[in-house]
Amino acid sequence: MTPLRIVHLYPHEMNIYGDTGNVVVLRRRLEWRDLPVEIVPVGIGDALPSDVDLILGGGGQDATQGEIGEDFQRRGPDLRAAADDGVVMLAICGAYQLLGHEFLTHQGTRIAGVGVLDVVTNGSDTRLIGNHAVDSAWGRLVGYENHSGLTTLGAAATPLARTVPGRGNDGRDSTEGCVQGNVFGTYLHGPVLAKSPRFADELLRRALERRGDSGELAPLDDALALQAADVAARRPR
Amino acid sequence: MAMLPVVTGKLALGALRLLGRSGNALPGLVVERLFPRYLARTLAALPHGVVVVSGTNGKTTTTKMLAAILSERFRVLTNDTGSNFVRGTIGAAISSSSWAGRLDADVAVFELDEAHAVRFVERYRPERVLLLNVMRDQLDRFGEIDHTARLLRTVAEHATVAVGLNRDDARIAAIADGIEAEPVWYQVADDLRHLFPTDEELYGGASRAARASDGASAELVAWGTEGTTIRIGNEQQTFPLRASGAHNAQNATAAAAMAATFDLSPDVIFAGLRAVEPAFGRGQSFVVDGRDVSLHLVKNPAGFRQSLAAARVEDPSRICIVINDDDADGRDVSWLWDVDFTGLDGGAPVSTAGTRAADMAVRLRYDGVEVGHVDPALAPAIDRAIAATATGERLLVFSTYTAMWGLHRHLVARAKEVRA
Repeated sequence: MTPLRIVHLYPHEMNIYGDTGNVVVLRRRLEWRDLPVEIVPVGIGDALPSDVDLILGGGGQDATQGEIGEDFQRRGPDLRAAADDGVVMLAICGAYQLLGHEFLTHQGTRIAGVGVLDVVTNGSDTRLIGNHAVDSAWGRLVGYENHSGLTTLGAAATPLARTVPGRGNDGRDSTEGCVQGNVFGTYLHGPVLAKSPRFADELLRRALERRGDSGELAPLDDALALQAADVAARRPR
Repeated sequence: MAMLPVVTGKLALGALRLLGRSGNALPGLVVERLFPRYLARTLAALPHGVVVVSGTNGKTTTTKMLAAILSERFRVLTNDTGSNFVRGTIGAAISSSSWAGRLDADVAVFELDEAHAVRFVERYRPERVLLLNVMRDQLDRFGEIDHTARLLRTVAEHATVAVGLNRDDARIAAIADGIEAEPVWYQVADDLRHLFPTDEELYGGASRAARASDGASAELVAWGTEGTTIRIGNEQQTFPLRASGAHNAQNATAAAAMAATFDLSPDVIFAGLRAVEPAFGRGQSFVVDGRDVSLHLVKNPAGFRQSLAAARVEDPSRICIVINDDDADGRDVSWLWDVDFTGLDGGAPVSTAGTRAADMAVRLRYDGVEVGHVDPALAPAIDRAIAATATGERLLVFSTYTAMWGLHRHLVARAKEVRA
């Protein structure tokens, strides 16, 4: 079996709040099942490899957002083609924003996104921050949000999960994240996949099935992860 | 003139004690509000001025070390109660003053967190500032690491005499451009730099930028089980530093560089460093039922990674990792994913404790490290780890801030002796 090829976008620039952990989680969950995996870091200026199965992108500091934005823009056609081709993507926070149409910063700078997701983001002067547990179609997602960009979903994007006002995409419409085809965006750091094992396996299942492999994943012992998720969901914001 | 604020502060302190509480923060806050000019007036009277110590990691230890060195020659005022807000410095001044308002001190050494250091220098321009490092810490409170670096630059710009700078931290080193005061450099030897990984290096980033190497006032020349070797000017000594860990040896080097700006001879500085005890929970050791238990505060990825690097040199027989997520620890525990634990695989057995014991266990499992007990309750968890450690062997405890208090109390109660 050829290894599942996972691209880690901008590992040097987009790595805050543990998002690199999503790469660790997916790699281990494949290795524990004796499924081969290959991680390909893609930095500024690097070409996307061919035959990508899964793309992961994390949050970055505001300072690097502009620099990343240009590079993201340049690889827009590749990313749109990949999304159209059903490549599975998980984009957290900054990467989520840049996969949308645009990010208008609080200072009024317009950073163009690549339009893979039908969302737009506006910077604000309030920060949505704290532990966050939401129910999705793939079990409870548990992580930590920390963002001042407020994201509005267009018609083509479906909310990933429901939440309550003061949290989630824009703090108002009670939605968290989005899904559009095989592309997922979320504000949950943590890393989200560490305490959301069903969601982690859903990403792997989709990636395996897309290329014609069996998406039947052998069960893993996730008792500790679910226990950690339970604790986190009950902790104060 | 300073009598009224001091009396007010001391009364607040006394009232707190009657309530069975302690600490300088609340009396300091009362005086800060009622007598906004008290602090600047009091500090302006100190003949050797004020040193502000700030940065992400090592503030408490470095402040304690610098105060110990300066105590060899001066009467030193310091905020050693752990309150690193402005109110803590006011509280320290009040505690050290007589009821008549007289402060018998020659120099002050204040640890201040990055945000409060800015508030402090806006009230009083310190003669000296000692900056340690900028690392990812408690980002849910400060927002951004670049923001933190800007805060420290502002602090440095207010210094009037000297600014101590860490040549091995690129963000700190860059502050040298554009400050009025004299830059004073400290550094570690090239072959020790791997013990101080930067956040950038964790992600396989570009190797560290080349740095200038001339004219450092103090250098950490060597560190290991044989002792700590520091060069001050042209003089070099090897001695046992009581606080364990390479990061504490770096803190000692920072303190030495700053102490040298007071025209103290290297001999005096080394004498101070040899005598200083570890700060609370920062490389402290206890003997419990014949086991050697050492406590290491962890609060951010780079600090945790440095402690793990030191742990490999110490070769413990068991490890217990205690993670809480109260406000003072940081609510967001995602930083545990920026620490590489793979080095613990196949080594000493590891257990976890604290409110996020399960989170920590999940983290370790994903790095291939088998976890024994996962128990949120502190005392039972630590007692079990001690019992599982063979007599004469060493148990290393890594703990976040709020758990450290309970652990320390428990270990003091159980320890036959406390030693450095």
